[in-house]
Amino acid sequence: MPDGSSSVPGSVLHRFRQGDLDAFEALFREHQRPVYGWILRIVRNTAAAEDLTVETFWRIHRAHDRFQPEFPFGPWARRIATRAALDWLRAQRPEVELTTEMAGTLPSASQGDPGIAAEIRSKTALAFGRLPLSLRAAAILAVVEEQPHKDIAAALGITVAAVKLRVFRALRLLRKDLEQQGITP
Amino acid sequence: MNHDDRIKQLLKQSLPPVERNAEPERDLWPAVLRRLDADAASRHAVPWFDWALLGGLAVFVASFPATIPVFLYYL
Repeated sequence: MPDGSSSVPGSVLHRFRQGDLDAFEALFREHQRPVYGWILRIVRNTAAAEDLTVETFWRIHRAHDRFQPEFPFGPWARRIATRAALDWLRAQRPEVELTTEMAGTLPSASQGDPGIAAEIRSKTALAFGRLPLSLRAAAILAVVEEQPHKDIAAALGITVAAVKLRVFRALRLLRKDLEQQGITP
Repeated sequence: MNHDDRIKQLLKQSLPPVERNAEPERDLWPAVLRRLDADAASRHAVPWFDWALLGGLAVFVASFPATIPVFLYYL
């Protein structure tokens, strides 16, 4: 889904717009995994990501008549998924959502560097959890997940310049928070 | 390595990236269908306020049966 490409024929998109359940299922089968992966990158909780994937496709179905078949389905789905994920994060206590224990249950591409003390990693994760949600979402997608700024901007409904600014502000605030705790990155 | 690069590195070590091909542990389609069914059922359900209004009207009519012709006249 990153480039919005899809193997689903255009006729399926038109039928989906008209409310055809089979077309919706075809789109679900095609996009379930990338939507789940995108949500997981934001919420970093596998159980929540599954629930939010269901929530996202429910919202997608509810909005089927607003879908424009001439545009790709992937970025549209990703925008709805991002809103669902941010709604979920807003409802969480920031201190508990990004703990290293939670990170340990994720299907990670890499493990933490043993050279960096677990305590520092834990404090960094907690400090990151204290950042404003809008900055956190941009920073985690851009810095940690290395997603293209263009995709992040489209998913958050902001410009690429705004994404860069949010990442910059997130890093500055994170550094300040860590320095106050006596950690000098 | 400047300050920003170091903080990025620390962040990546603290919150390792999710693996590229992460996928749900179960098929989520049945859950989506259940959600759609629940949504459809709730759309067809009569709101509680309507039931309360109907109940109130029934009590009123039972208490003052003489008003029935007046109601029928205005329907």
